Amino acid sequence: MTQNRLWLWLPLALFAFFAGLAGYMLTQEKDQFVESTMIGEALPEFVLEPAFGGLPGAARADFVGGKPRLLNIWASWCLPCIAEAPQLDALKAKGVEIIGIAIRDRPEDVANFLGQYGNPYTRIGSDRISEVQLAIGSSGVPETFVIDAKGVIRYQHIGDIRADDVPVLLAELEKAQ
Amino acid sequence: MIRVMLALLAALMALPAAAQDSMPPAPYAYNQLEDPAKEAEAAALMATLRCLKCQSQSIADSDAPMAGDMRHQVRSRIRAGESPDEIRVWLIARYGDYVSYEPTVSAATWPLFAIPVLVILIGGGVLLRRLGKRRSDANVDGGEAA
Repeated sequence: MTQNRLWLWLPLALFAFFAGLAGYMLTQEKDQFVESTMIGEALPEFVLEPAFGGLPGAARADFVGGKPRLLNIWASWCLPCIAEAPQLDALKAKGVEIIGIAIRDRPEDVANFLGQYGNPYTRIGSDRISEVQLAIGSSGVPETFVIDAKGVIRYQHIGDIRADDVPVLLAELEKAQ
Repeated sequence: MIRVMLALLAALMALPAAAQDSMPPAPYAYNQLEDPAKEAEAAALMATLRCLKCQSQSIADSDAPMAGDMRHQVRSRIRAGESPDEIRVWLIARYGDYVSYEPTVSAATWPLFAIPVLVILIGGGVLLRRLGKRRSDANVDGGEAA
């Protein structure tokens, strides 16, 4: 009989377990980043117009041949992009080629941004409707992808590049050789 | 601790500011397709795709610029003759299952579908046994339980 009585507590115990689990999960920090599942896949075919008069546009073909390159997804209206500008300059100084894709941007704003915060890019394509961004599985600005010389996506960095991310990106570029 | 809180606060304040841009929306972000049947297909699909910027909303519900660009992708692909399933698969290949709200049975999710069926079966079994017992008790006592 007492054996049977214990069973009666089971629903309450289950409820307490789930309430406790929910309470615990509420205190855990949530990872807001959605990672691209395109790592290891070929960069999709695309051709983008120049984002402003000063540099050529960007296409998939620009990533093929030579050394691995960085593909930097950014925008002149994006504040963290200002924060990462010096780190992109540092990467450029190390001999890294950085090709930019400007998301939902205007030529005059792009030119202003580069005049103010420096221009680490060899090319910038204009992605006015986030088409290429969606095609490579990027979910925000800024993001930086390592593309190897065969045009395969090898690594994704989400968010602005901080000083301690520079060696990581250099190592990933080395690995992509 | 205070530094962590301040950093969190700064991050929260930076996000809305970072999401601003002044570009006009993509053609099909806020415009329906000309063909009502295709628009209905697109609308049904958009209600089951997650906005990546505002992750608790579907792209049909969200006013984030990126959700608008995703709606444009969905509508222009439907217009070009792609099926909703093809578009869902295309997005899952880029963002993982997370981008889709449509539940799928997989190695990780099958208990969600199996457990309710199991519980109903167990409940039914218990009920049958109880009722059967009561009926046979009633027969012995001469119909007292009626």
